[in-house]
Amino acid sequence: MPDGSDARSNPVFTLFNITAGIIIIIGLFITFRRFTGGLGAVTNLSDNTPWGIWIGFDLMCGVALAAGGYVTSAAVYLFGMKKYHSAIRPAILTAFLGYSTVLVALIYDVGRPVRLALAYPFVVQQGTTSLLFEVGLCVALYLTVLFLEFTPIPLEWLGLKKIRAIAVKFTLVLTILGVILSTLHQSSLGALFLIAPSKLHPLWYSQYIAVFFFISSIAAGLSMVIFEGMLSHKRFHKKMDETYLKENKDIVLGFGKAASWVLAGYFTIKLIGISAANNWHYLLTPYGYLFLFELLGFVALPCFLFAVGSRDKNLQLIKISAILTVIGIIINRLNVSVIAFNWHLPLSERYFPSWHEIGLSIFMVTGIILAFRFIVNQMPVFYEHPDYKGSHN
Amino acid sequence: MSISRRKFLGWLGAAGLGTAFSSKALAATGKHLKGYPEGLGVLHDITRCVGCRSCEEACNRVNKLPEPEKPFNDKTVLEQKRRTTTKSYTVVNRYDIDKDNKSPVFRKTQCNHCLEPACVSVCFVKAFKKIPKGPVVYDPSVCVGCRYCMIACPFEIPTYEYDEPYVPTVVKCTMCAPKIEKGELPGCVEACPKEALTFGKRKDIIKIARKRIDKYPDRYIDHIYGEYEMGGTSWLYISKMPFNNIGMREDLGVTPAPLLTSGALSVVPMVIGLWPIFLAGIYGMTKRREKIAAQERAAAVETALSRADAESKNKLAAAMEKAKQEKEKALAKAEADKEKAVKDALAKAEDKDTEENPDA
Repeated sequence: MPDGSDARSNPVFTLFNITAGIIIIIGLFITFRRFTGGLGAVTNLSDNTPWGIWIGFDLMCGVALAAGGYVTSAAVYLFGMKKYHSAIRPAILTAFLGYSTVLVALIYDVGRPVRLALAYPFVVQQGTTSLLFEVGLCVALYLTVLFLEFTPIPLEWLGLKKIRAIAVKFTLVLTILGVILSTLHQSSLGALFLIAPSKLHPLWYSQYIAVFFFISSIAAGLSMVIFEGMLSHKRFHKKMDETYLKENKDIVLGFGKAASWVLAGYFTIKLIGISAANNWHYLLTPYGYLFLFELLGFVALPCFLFAVGSRDKNLQLIKISAILTVIGIIINRLNVSVIAFNWHLPLSERYFPSWHEIGLSIFMVTGIILAFRFIVNQMPVFYEHPDYKGSHN
Repeated sequence: MSISRRKFLGWLGAAGLGTAFSSKALAATGKHLKGYPEGLGVLHDITRCVGCRSCEEACNRVNKLPEPEKPFNDKTVLEQKRRTTTKSYTVVNRYDIDKDNKSPVFRKTQCNHCLEPACVSVCFVKAFKKIPKGPVVYDPSVCVGCRYCMIACPFEIPTYEYDEPYVPTVVKCTMCAPKIEKGELPGCVEACPKEALTFGKRKDIIKIARKRIDKYPDRYIDHIYGEYEMGGTSWLYISKMPFNNIGMREDLGVTPAPLLTSGALSVVPMVIGLWPIFLAGIYGMTKRREKIAAQERAAAVETALSRADAESKNKLAAAMEKAKQEKEKALAKAEADKEKAVKDALAKAEDKDTEENPDA
């Protein structure tokens, strides 16, 4: 029975813990440098490249890869796929931690973090013509929604039955709100770049970029649920109850099949994007090869492998496809925001992240993993709390 | 149907109000604006610039910028391509057009003060503003430091104080807005010894530019840069060289920056309006499907039960019938047996009598 005791009996100085400890120490050092020396002290940002990997990876990839939350809750609560219910809690938890980290990353990245924390754009003056205003508002609201969706987990842990009973009543409303907010900000993250047709390479710049971002976020969410399940199985198998283990196979098969369809649609609209702008001639240039690498290797290939895997009920193949899709999303978001951005500049004026920037991004990911580990070891995520068996809607 | 005059006028008023609101909304999304017709601007005649950097010096002095590493009369800084920085709102670059560098071209760069600026439209805290006099001005007291303005600016003008840990700001040319307000010339225009910079109402300096091009067609190409680029800018340029050759992008198009994002923004309210209906609809359909499935299941169970019930009743009845028949049969048989036994007994008795009295 899952009771958390095996976590405590584990030795403290494991390889994982030591690595995590070193990363945290480095992260704290970078944090100190960032907030005492300014962005210039730790980043390679320049006047030409104002957004680096803290935006390109932490924000862009973070938000896309946290899409599992809205995708899973929509599938279960709105589309009635109740057999995937045990995927809800890990997905909500991953999303909540992902979005929290995005907020933390933004605190590091903006020049005046206190003004961000005080919500200047919403409180002082509202720049409603900015897509960033919309992104900011939706992310802030969605983080709140995710927090509320997440609360039953700690409330069960703490034994606060009455508050928990109130919290679960809002599941449906929160799910609908979550899907609306996710639709808006997932797409708007792409639309942020609509303002810069002269800077983003034509193969990635598209009038449809908002749709590309939204649709690919669905594939990212589905794949992340499979991927996160894989990782969790290795480390938290003892925490999983029978329902979770029984449903997990169905979840991998079902989500794999869905991901195949979504990727097929995404691949099609990406082709439509090239055709509509008549950008075919760019394909046989270095940036074209990069584009094809992304589109064929990390969209078309996983789409095909997902399909084969779900036909043959080959869970291993589906899991490999999920990893490919996750990597593909990271490549795509980095291409749009960093690699293919400012493509017109000579190499000497281009950006490459400093070790501080990379170190802080690793620090953020480590933070998510540690928080995830703590919560699933302590709280009912992979199993139903015995007091609330069968009370999940 | 009769419509009263009052009612009709009321409708007209409502329609007018609607139009007023919609035009306001259009302005917010960046539909074509007339702009500020009395707005000021500067014409930079690139053919007249000699690269003396007097404008840079004046800009530095007027805006109280930090002293540069090399003095302004040091021409070696022109060896390298420079861009605007936090310490220089404007820079002059040299472009060596012919191979032996006989007639280099000098061009000044600074904020172009777009008519519909990208920085204004993308700032989520409205730190940028296009003021009626022409300048695009920045308010550091609200800036959060997201640097989206720098991503958006097609001319790569705004710069950021990355080395300032606590109160960094975006830095860019102000077109000397404070001086303009007082009726003075911008610092750079005032300092130019070659009259390469002409300050005036934008509509007037366009005429001046056009006149020069018409008068000296061999000295200028027929293009006023900034008249239409990105929807038009308050700084305008005329040149002998194609602008592409002197570091000015000719592929920016004439679409004002806000129009690039207005489509995506316009979808937002539609999603907010329709998604709840769509999602609640899906939820409703799912629920209904589940309910119908449950009902059908219940009905099927009931039918099965009642069928089983009827069958068992039939069986019972048949069994009862059979039992009854068997009983009757058994009774009849018993009766017959009884009669036969009596008969036999009687017969036997008679036989016995005759045997005992054979001669009776």
